[in-house]
Amino acid sequence: MGKPNDLVQGTLDLLILRTIQLEPMHGWAIAKRIQQVSREVLQVQQGSLYPALHRLEQQGWIKAKWAESETGRQAKFYTLTAAGRTQMAAETANWNRLSAAIDLVVGEA
Amino acid sequence: MRFAARIWMRVKMLAGRGRAGARLDEELRDHLQRQTAENVAAGMSAEEARFAALREFGNPALVREQARAAWSWNWLELLARDVRYGMRTLSRSRGFSLIAIAVMALCIGAATSLFTVVRSVLLRPLPFRDPANLTMVYEHFRNATDNKEGFNYNSVAPGDYYDWRSKTNGFEDMAAYVWWSFNLTSQSGELPEVVVAHAGTSNLFPLLGVQPVFGRSFTEAEDQPGGRAVMLNWSLFERRFGGDRSIVGNTIRLDGNPFTVVGVLPPSFTYPDTQAQLWVPFESLYGAGSPLGPEWLHFHDRHYIHVVARLKPGVSLASAISQVGAVQYQLHLQNPIAPVAEDVAPRDMNEDLAREVKRPLLLLMSAVGCMLLIGCLNVANLLVARGAARQKEVAIRGALGARRLTLIREQLTESLLICTAGGVAGVLLSLAATRWLSSAWKTLPSAADVHVDGTVLLFSCGMIFAAALLAGVLPAISSTGKAVFAALQATSRTTGGSLSRTALRKTLLTVEIAVTVVLLIAAGLLVKSFMRLRTVNLGCATDNVLTLNYSLPGKKYDKPEKVNAFNEALLARVRAIPGVLGAGLGGMVPGSGAGSDDVFRVVEHPPTRPGDTLPDAQVRRADPGYFSGLEIPLLEGRFFTSQDRGDQQNRAIINRTLAQKFFAGENPIGKHVIIPVYGLAPFEIVGVVGDTLYKVNEPAFPTMYFPLLAGLADFGQTLSMRTATDPLTFSVPIQRQIAALDPELPVSDVLTMQQIIGQSLGNQSFSSTLVLAFAVLSLVLASVGLYGVLSYLATQRRTEIGIRIALGAKREQVLRLMLMDGMRPALLGLVLGLAAGVGAAQWIRAMLYGAPAVDGWVFGAVSGTLLAVSAVACLVPAWRASRLDPMQALRTE
Repeated sequence: MGKPNDLVQGTLDLLILRTIQLEPMHGWAIAKRIQQVSREVLQVQQGSLYPALHRLEQQGWIKAKWAESETGRQAKFYTLTAAGRTQMAAETANWNRLSAAIDLVVGEA
Repeated sequence: MRFAARIWMRVKMLAGRGRAGARLDEELRDHLQRQTAENVAAGMSAEEARFAALREFGNPALVREQARAAWSWNWLELLARDVRYGMRTLSRSRGFSLIAIAVMALCIGAATSLFTVVRSVLLRPLPFRDPANLTMVYEHFRNATDNKEGFNYNSVAPGDYYDWRSKTNGFEDMAAYVWWSFNLTSQSGELPEVVVAHAGTSNLFPLLGVQPVFGRSFTEAEDQPGGRAVMLNWSLFERRFGGDRSIVGNTIRLDGNPFTVVGVLPPSFTYPDTQAQLWVPFESLYGAGSPLGPEWLHFHDRHYIHVVARLKPGVSLASAISQVGAVQYQLHLQNPIAPVAEDVAPRDMNEDLAREVKRPLLLLMSAVGCMLLIGCLNVANLLVARGAARQKEVAIRGALGARRLTLIREQLTESLLICTAGGVAGVLLSLAATRWLSSAWKTLPSAADVHVDGTVLLFSCGMIFAAALLAGVLPAISSTGKAVFAALQATSRTTGGSLSRTALRKTLLTVEIAVTVVLLIAAGLLVKSFMRLRTVNLGCATDNVLTLNYSLPGKKYDKPEKVNAFNEALLARVRAIPGVLGAGLGGMVPGSGAGSDDVFRVVEHPPTRPGDTLPDAQVRRADPGYFSGLEIPLLEGRFFTSQDRGDQQNRAIINRTLAQKFFAGENPIGKHVIIPVYGLAPFEIVGVVGDTLYKVNEPAFPTMYFPLLAGLADFGQTLSMRTATDPLTFSVPIQRQIAALDPELPVSDVLTMQQIIGQSLGNQSFSSTLVLAFAVLSLVLASVGLYGVLSYLATQRRTEIGIRIALGAKREQVLRLMLMDGMRPALLGLVLGLAAGVGAAQWIRAMLYGAPAVDGWVFGAVSGTLLAVSAVACLVPAWRASRLDPMQALRTE
């Protein structure tokens, strides 16, 4: 099963960046969205998600803001920064190259 | 921009660490609540929903830790926490901590001090312009393998220097200087004094890149025979002229001649030694009134000057030197009989200055290194013992999920704390020690600027970290391994203790003892060599002998009759002083150095072929009473008489070594020698006297004596007198007699023979004492380590010993058992140490006098001492174990 832990190093970063590129999201929603979009294949563990979010924030690729959420409680919303957008583009390109390559190998067999 | 933003982010994180932690908790709680809410919506009960959410979430504490780990300041927090833990555990066992810190302070302090000295003496570039391109150039005798350093780096003859300079182009320039001494007198009634001076060519200061603080350096016009310019060293300028810069342009009197002060050298300029008081132009030494006639400038066979050269940019040292070597080889071929070297050799300037102290310095540095190693091993040993005591704590923490790296890091922090505290104390200690070292060590070439600076502190920091790592890594790794968990399984009745840990401690101990043995052996050999030097027979009277030097200036004493009149009048006056048993005048006394040497040939022997090396002998002058005054025995022939002067002055007396070496099987009396540098007149050998040593730690050298009554005013004479009582009480009366004969004549070096010997032994005694101190300290450390290990072992085996005694083991048996346990690493260490000691002895052989490097006596004494000390260290815990009350031991488990 494809847990993010088993994915290529850094793939979780890409998943997070892509997920929040449309609108600011909080941690729980990010995990949920990844799960939904991947049709329940990718289950993001909290133990991986929050360290990754904090790491990305340290790198300056995403920034966080505390705001009122739809439930009326305060939640931490993550937004993509300009640098994060560049990073996402680079990582996406990289991923495409890599997955195409893997497809070639796997498809040939 | 992004970089700045990231930095800002970090600063924000650092400032708001506490708040960020709270926020993180809030964020995680929010996540949990949402999950719970979703579960409820899916139809679970509230309770069920919360558990499910928690289950999915995993260990909240762990998630928090992992998220925090992404923060950039996390390491700082971890470090702070480790330091806090370390402090707490260290303060819990205060005795242990204090001992460990004291050990490290001593070791790091000593190492820092020595490094400071090594750095300023051997490593620091000289305060000259572009010092990397400077080099000394010496003459080099190719066939002089049996001649030690002296002939491989032989002083240069002036004629060679001028040829090198004019005929080669690999060096930007070459300059020369020579040691000299003057009688400094003044018009204003200050006491006359003898000053050490150097005479340097006018291009020397520009070549070195040294600017005078006041005035200027020499011009080419002043660097001529009869040139009368002088530059003062800062020390003389301060001391004698009160730092008054109006002295520049005034005249001072050197050997009675007026010299104009043209400049004052900066305080930092203490090249080539700190004794130098002033500089005169090189060629000004030659000419009227000087023992050096102008023709000396062209001699190729009188070696007494030093040459400094600066490489041309882009030219390699090897190619520049090979050019000079080619010129020198031509000179050698042109002078087949005279001693002109075939080759030249360069020597690094720092090395050149430090040649006397380099070896002892390196020796001391190695000794300190060994001591530091022992100190680290000791701390490591203590840490292993503590690790054993905390075995359960470590095991429990490991079981609760502490990572091994975290545990290792924590223990390393502890050793780092010990080493840092010890290091800080040690550096403070070394500030004082360095000052003492540089003042006590007389021959250090740049003693004035030995001080602790940034580089030294950096070195100390590096040393602290290295020591912490060395002391901490082994114990940390050994106490956190998988085997630790066995501690949890063990029942309360542990009897065996951890075998592997005990083995580790014993290994550390073995190494410690081996290193100690090596140090002890080195110290023992040095001390023994020093003791032997103290009892060396110099070949002349050494008790109650007073000596002093004076030098008759050639301007005033321009005829042999005047010189002889002064010398004979002085001798008559000295001999008339009650209590003076004998007095003599000579060029120098035994034990005060090699002096000058010249080659000679024996007229009656078959002529030497061109290309042969002529035999070499030290040359001395002596008055008729010199030998009896110093109690040097006459073996054959006669001493000089007062007739040996004027046209009778071509007489010579040889010493026993010369007679044996060059007149084997024949009678030297009546034979004649020719000394080429003195001209072709033969000298008749009239006597053979006993050997004297020119240096305490050197064997006797062939020596020739010539009559002092030839009456040359030259390089100074030494008056020596044997007295009935304490010779120092005669120093004032003697100086009064000299002042009565010539009030302008200064005397220097008023010393007893014992002081002269002491001076030449000074360094030997200094380094051997220091090495001995380090060795004894190491022995103490090693025995403390041994004691610690055995005490620990005894506590671990309490139950076992209790059972043994309960089952009827005799106390002596227990004692023997425990003793053997402790003595085994000691014995093994001793054997290893003895083996390594043989190697170390070879290494320091050059510093040992007259002793085989592998000295059975020293090796035996070291073994005995070590065994005795370690037996005592083992005996206490072993005794305690054998007195154990079995009932109590078994009950308290």
